[in-house]
Amino acid sequence: MSSIENILQERILIIDGAMGTMIQRQKLEEKDYRGERFADWHKDVKGNNDLLSITQPALITAIHEQYLEAGADIIETNTFSSTSIAQADYDMQLLAYELNVAAAQCARHAADAYTTQNPEKPRFVAGAIGPLNKTLSLSPDVNNPGYRAVHFDEVVEAYTEQISGLVTGGVDILLVETIFDTLNAKAAIYAIKNFFHETGKPALPIMISGTITDASGRTLSGQTLEAFYVSVMHAQPLSIGLNCALGAKEMRPHIEELSAIAGCYTSAYPNAGLPNAFGEYDEQPHETAHIIEEWAKEGFVNIVGGCCGTTPDHIRHIAEEVKKFKPRSLPTIAAE
Amino acid sequence: MAIIHPYLRLSGLEPLIVRPETNFVNVGERTNVTGSKKFARLIREGLYEEALSVARQQVENGAQILDINMDDALLDGVMAMTTFLNLLQAEPDIAKIPVMLDSSKFEIIEAGLKCVQGKCIVNSISLKEGEAAFIKQAHTCKRYGAAVIVMAFDEIGQADTKDRKVAICHRAYQILTETVGYAPQDIIFDPNIFAIATGIEEHNNYAVDFIEAAREIKKRMPLVKISGGVSNVSFSFRGNDHVREAIHSVFLFHAIRAGMDMGIVNAGQLVIYDDIEPTLQLLSEDVILNRNNEDNGATEKLIQFAETVKAKGKEVVKDESWRKETVQKRIAHALIHGITEYIDADTEEARIQYPAPLDVIEGPLMDGMNIVGDLFGAGKMFLPQVVKSARVMKKAVAVLTPYIEQEKADRSKQSANQLNPQENKGPAKILLATVKGDVHDIGKNIVGVVLGCNGYDIIDLGVMVPADKIISEAQKQQVDIIGLSGLITPSLDEMVHIAKEMTRLNMQIPLLIGGATTSRMHTAVKIAPEYNQGVVHVLDASRSVTVAGTLLNKEANKPFIEEIKAEYQQLQADFGNKKSVKQWIPFSEAQKNPMGIAWSEYMPIQPTFIGTKTFNDYPLEEIAAYIDWQPFFIAWEMHGKFPAILTDSIVGKEASKLYEDAQQLLKQIIEEKWLNAKAAIGFWEVEKTAPDTLQVQTINQRVRLEFLRQQNKKAAGQPNLSLADFIHPTQKDYIGAFSVTIEGIEPHIKRLEQNLDDYNKIMLQALADRLAEAFAECMHQQTRKEYWGYAKEESLSKEDLINESYRGIRPAPGYPACPDHTEKIKLFNLLGSESATGIQLTESLAMYPASSVCGWYFAHPESKYFGIGKIEKDQLEDYANRKNMSIDEANQWLRPILE
Repeated sequence: MSSIENILQERILIIDGAMGTMIQRQKLEEKDYRGERFADWHKDVKGNNDLLSITQPALITAIHEQYLEAGADIIETNTFSSTSIAQADYDMQLLAYELNVAAAQCARHAADAYTTQNPEKPRFVAGAIGPLNKTLSLSPDVNNPGYRAVHFDEVVEAYTEQISGLVTGGVDILLVETIFDTLNAKAAIYAIKNFFHETGKPALPIMISGTITDASGRTLSGQTLEAFYVSVMHAQPLSIGLNCALGAKEMRPHIEELSAIAGCYTSAYPNAGLPNAFGEYDEQPHETAHIIEEWAKEGFVNIVGGCCGTTPDHIRHIAEEVKKFKPRSLPTIAAE
Repeated sequence: MAIIHPYLRLSGLEPLIVRPETNFVNVGERTNVTGSKKFARLIREGLYEEALSVARQQVENGAQILDINMDDALLDGVMAMTTFLNLLQAEPDIAKIPVMLDSSKFEIIEAGLKCVQGKCIVNSISLKEGEAAFIKQAHTCKRYGAAVIVMAFDEIGQADTKDRKVAICHRAYQILTETVGYAPQDIIFDPNIFAIATGIEEHNNYAVDFIEAAREIKKRMPLVKISGGVSNVSFSFRGNDHVREAIHSVFLFHAIRAGMDMGIVNAGQLVIYDDIEPTLQLLSEDVILNRNNEDNGATEKLIQFAETVKAKGKEVVKDESWRKETVQKRIAHALIHGITEYIDADTEEARIQYPAPLDVIEGPLMDGMNIVGDLFGAGKMFLPQVVKSARVMKKAVAVLTPYIEQEKADRSKQSANQLNPQENKGPAKILLATVKGDVHDIGKNIVGVVLGCNGYDIIDLGVMVPADKIISEAQKQQVDIIGLSGLITPSLDEMVHIAKEMTRLNMQIPLLIGGATTSRMHTAVKIAPEYNQGVVHVLDASRSVTVAGTLLNKEANKPFIEEIKAEYQQLQADFGNKKSVKQWIPFSEAQKNPMGIAWSEYMPIQPTFIGTKTFNDYPLEEIAAYIDWQPFFIAWEMHGKFPAILTDSIVGKEASKLYEDAQQLLKQIIEEKWLNAKAAIGFWEVEKTAPDTLQVQTINQRVRLEFLRQQNKKAAGQPNLSLADFIHPTQKDYIGAFSVTIEGIEPHIKRLEQNLDDYNKIMLQALADRLAEAFAECMHQQTRKEYWGYAKEESLSKEDLINESYRGIRPAPGYPACPDHTEKIKLFNLLGSESATGIQLTESLAMYPASSVCGWYFAHPESKYFGIGKIEKDQLEDYANRKNMSIDEANQWLRPILE
């Protein structure tokens, strides 16, 4: 099987769409989330989508399969909130490691089945490392700007546990995504580098994906796009990109800028437009795909897909539209 | 195809890319406890806000990177670095540039690396402790994604000669690039700048050694950068900034040409090389380049020269050149700069030049005020300046008034039979009033001044004005607009009432709504539907001008009113939608979910006395020390943090002026005893008789206090709070109360009004408000430490006080945690406030004098401020029942939290 680096030189790769949107469509109830194992759990767990990797693995695997069927080369594990810090909301911090192993295995099985079917199109599993519900650069207390709800060392510890679970579960790539506070991402990068250094395991490639929150063109923690890129360059990532918060239309100028400054591959997986008054995404698959097609034509991107509100249909359309274009070529690195 | 260059790339909120054409990068040095006495003192005293202003100054003066050093034996460096950096992240104007973490202790550097999202520079690591330690530290820096400064320092010591500097840097370079894997462009060398001209001959070549080492390092390792601490070089001339600045400029001139890329400098203090006087430039050059320096010859000459320029203080010269201009220009200048000194004479001069006194108003005075209005509109002048301009205007008009009256009288004598009613229509009239039951009028006064400056005739009816008076006065004077103001929540209802009355009486003029308690939403949802002739919420004084202007423009007013109506209807619709989404729980359930306090571990502390204690004529200077200045600036519509606002790049100058004026007036108030500070405090036993009911026991009565409870659906584990939760549920506990007031303002206000001095009138009101708040803070501290005595050991900085970092709270009836104003009656009754302090409650339960504060004292360590938010009908009924009120009456007082 060719390495992902080799394939990236040949074509634009497709990353999958939203997991949450697909889960929502199932209209699961509290008892479905709990399964047998957590039938007597002392807190409500409905909404803890990551828990489904343990209690409803068949359902999660089936969603992965739908995306693989639609043409995704890379699927993301169902681990956006599988850290001890994020799981504390449900009192499930002790399950963090197990959630990552279980989710990685769901994705691994699904991807391997498709690779076996068609070895010409190998599928990859990206271990999703989410941004946490606590931030290192921002104070949650407006009256006390110096306050922090969490410390760098705690974040590193939580991410290390997640990374360890993802690696054990067999992921191919580590994807630090939806970064709205760069310092959280730096803690994740620190944890990744440290993990491979300490365990001596072969280091996996890292994908980094930040989030520009609005028209200001900045992250939530206030950085411009280039400042964000400079701050995470030391990860020596396989790719740098953007996801979430914006639809493809709003993301375009930022992905163009990024493609001009990034020394590595670029990725972009926007939301299905902006949410309507009810928080729902209306943008139709062909609409999203049409905008992304233009990015491919301009040579801005190497990896594309979808975030909130996107579905296997969106991914199918995107894959169809971009396959006729060459991927963005890496810039030359000058010696001086 | 794109090309990526191996440049040093750093970032704060914004990127900093050091390109070949970047020239010299300034690293701000004043945020360093070892280099700045002021910064060290601020950090030691925990005055981080002020310390941030030092950082801001550096940025404003052109620093591109901020060097931060907390190496002080008396400081917990890790904590100081962490605290400062965390606060700094919240200041976008500072955090935009990258940070340089400067420490000789690696643990402090690492603590800093854990706080900064951008790519920073570590300053510094070295081979001092050997290769193993160096590699380990470098690995750590790399993992955090930082660039590093490497000092030319090895196991033997600091490199002083060129050869040793180059050799050590080269060795470090090889280790970093080959063993650690550092990118060459992320390595910065500091080949040590040492002091020259010390009198010791061996030191004379130090500058040359640095410059030549820089040249050689750049030749051998072209991608690296060179940095250094520039002020070291002139250390022997400390105390003589003039000479030091020259030495720095000359040194940099040569070092940059040799390859120096960045340096730690006082960004505000660099002179331009070409601006240095020739003698000093030559002497500095000799010393730096070690020329003509046998037997310290050059050094001696520079020292001699330094003596001659020592201590030339800078004097402030008042610029009076504008006095030579024409009278029109002088008047404009005086208006724009708020100078009253010559305005009487200038106005008189103009009066003689013009055919009629009215022409002076319509000519030069209005021209000047138009410039003021334009500058204010463009954000180039600020409110305090505009108020000063208004003072000049009023003074000028006062000079002219007798002549205008005289002329009118003459004319009516001449043409008694042919009066033209159209002739004296005059400027548009705006009526302003603070509504019935409310006593707050600073904001209204400011709006009056600003509108007055823009040529409107202001009829100010003052405070506590009933609806019928507002309307009858408006009709009698034929005003064009009515503006209502209010600060406390019951005023909102009064405004709705006035709107209804205006409809009933078929009024046709627009209604403006303003004041701290008002909002666009409330105006849209509650007031606008009651009156159809235009209701507009005005956010602040600066907006009032455009709103009034548009409303009075015959062409623009209709579309404007329609637009506002449409906007408000949208808001009404949104409001309706929003209401249905919120989730509430039954009141009985909310009561079962109080704050979880471990009462078994808590023993209520008995106050030192039970009953009340009163204070009269409390020393104002003592109170003044407790003033929180930030709200003072907000009152003047200058938004920003204090003291940072004083150095703000846009409003800083005016804010400083305002602050100086305030200090001066405050001093006068204190010295001449203009005001009298009175207070009453009291403590009593209290018993919890129901989940939201506290029974206070005094010597001769029992008073039942009723509280409200949050009723919105909370996340699991979050309580539905009520203030009653902070009192022991089963045992005897204690509660306190206070009321403070600043009285005696009226005669001074009257005098200032007579002097046409709106500026100082508003200033005095704002200061009295600040003093009342400060007095409350002061009494609260004494209560904690002494009278109640539950926190005898407390020692907090002023900043901590402002941030409320102390134990216990002092919520006021009518504010978010206990929104029912009527409980204030019980508080006053318990304290005997009316007789002790002279504070009176209006029918809306506002306190008069306006500069008064009252509240309850709760002592439990977990007590905290919160907002009740909206409540449901079941709680309203229960509450009305507990208070022996009719539902209607309860409805009226609690309206803001019912809808």
